[in-house]
Amino acid sequence: MTVVVIIVAVLLSIAATLALARVVRGPALLDRVVAAEVLISIMIGALGAEAAVNRHATTLPILLVLSSLGFVGSVALVRFAAGEEA
Amino acid sequence: MTGDVRPDGPAVSRRVGAGWRALRRRLPQRRRWRDHLFTVGWLVAVWSLLWGEFTWGNLLGGAVVAVVILVFLPLPRVTFGGRLRPLALAEFVGRFVAELVVASVHVGWVAVRPGRSRLRNAIIAVRLRVRTDLNLALTAEVLSLVPGTLIVEADRAAGTLYVHVLDVRGAEDLTRSRDRVLALEARLVRSVGSDAELRMVSAPTTTTTTEPGGSP
Amino acid sequence: MTGGDVLDVLVGVCLVLGGLLSLVAGIGLVRFPDVLSRTHAATKPQVLGVLLILLALAVSMRNGADLATLVLIGGFQLGTAPLAAQMIGRAAYRTGRVHQESLVVDELAEHKAGADRPD
Repeated sequence: MTVVVIIVAVLLSIAATLALARVVRGPALLDRVVAAEVLISIMIGALGAEAAVNRHATTLPILLVLSSLGFVGSVALVRFAAGEEA
Repeated sequence: MTGDVRPDGPAVSRRVGAGWRALRRRLPQRRRWRDHLFTVGWLVAVWSLLWGEFTWGNLLGGAVVAVVILVFLPLPRVTFGGRLRPLALAEFVGRFVAELVVASVHVGWVAVRPGRSRLRNAIIAVRLRVRTDLNLALTAEVLSLVPGTLIVEADRAAGTLYVHVLDVRGAEDLTRSRDRVLALEARLVRSVGSDAELRMVSAPTTTTTTEPGGSP
Repeated sequence: MTGGDVLDVLVGVCLVLGGLLSLVAGIGLVRFPDVLSRTHAATKPQVLGVLLILLALAVSMRNGADLATLVLIGGFQLGTAPLAAQMIGRAAYRTGRVHQESLVVDELAEHKAGADRPD
């Protein structure tokens, strides 16, 4: 299991770094929204992986909140972006 | 699905539309109650899942929340007029999972493919055969998760979806994507559509502009 | 090898696959040229990746109440990712953020041109 933990941690860290790079570089607000959504999904993945390895359910409500937050956040931002330029 | 089958197609759909309107006149109250009950049940189920257990308190609390939502945040009515066909639904789910995996691998391969070859995409218009809101919404929803397609725009009145296709190499890729959208719609209607809609999907129509299998 | 070991291996495999898919989505985000292509990367591999990790979590928990919450989270991911993607696609197209050079065919533009023309 230790090997799995290390592999998953490395994979998710690189993925998060790449998503963060896209958030920083943009160029448009929409690119940042897409990247932020992926970043939140990666956070869900990381928390879920940790819970799966250590066999506890304490973070499950956080996963639920994160998944709603990702959706509500991107919808709000997309509406803002569409209104701003249309 | 909803009863607004537009009477601009062949005679079948005109007859169906008239039948629906008659049915609606006869049973408006009962249908509305059934829809509301269905929504309440669905919301209560989600509420209980949120709490993680089914208890009487949760069921009651969920019912209160559901009624409050329905009263204060009314949505346009979506009537489910079809019927569930478990076998077709199982096929649909199975194909969905398979296509989700294929799509992920494909997008992943496009992402990591070495070399700086230019990525070529396309936006194609696909006219659905069953033009109801529910069918449009469900097809669009599933489409975004299956191979190389993403909805850019939905024309509700014409029942047309504008689909963004990733990684197009030639004309046959476009034809294949079109066929895949229509096949998906057919599978969806086979699992949850009404009998009339099923006939619209399986009958070889001449009115649709995007007939499957029409490679140039 | 007992049943528990097999399940542990399954958990590990699901976790690694989920991590790989997330990584692929990240690479896609950085390498793809325009918003729509990036949205492709953000929906498909990412959703499947999260689902696989949730599956691993479900297998390692093996109890009903947690499973219900996980089903809810997974369903939420499946339901909302395409919705957000479609809103992004629509906003991207309407605000002209689509890379026209990379499009082979654009039937939406043809449709709009046709609609503007008085027949």
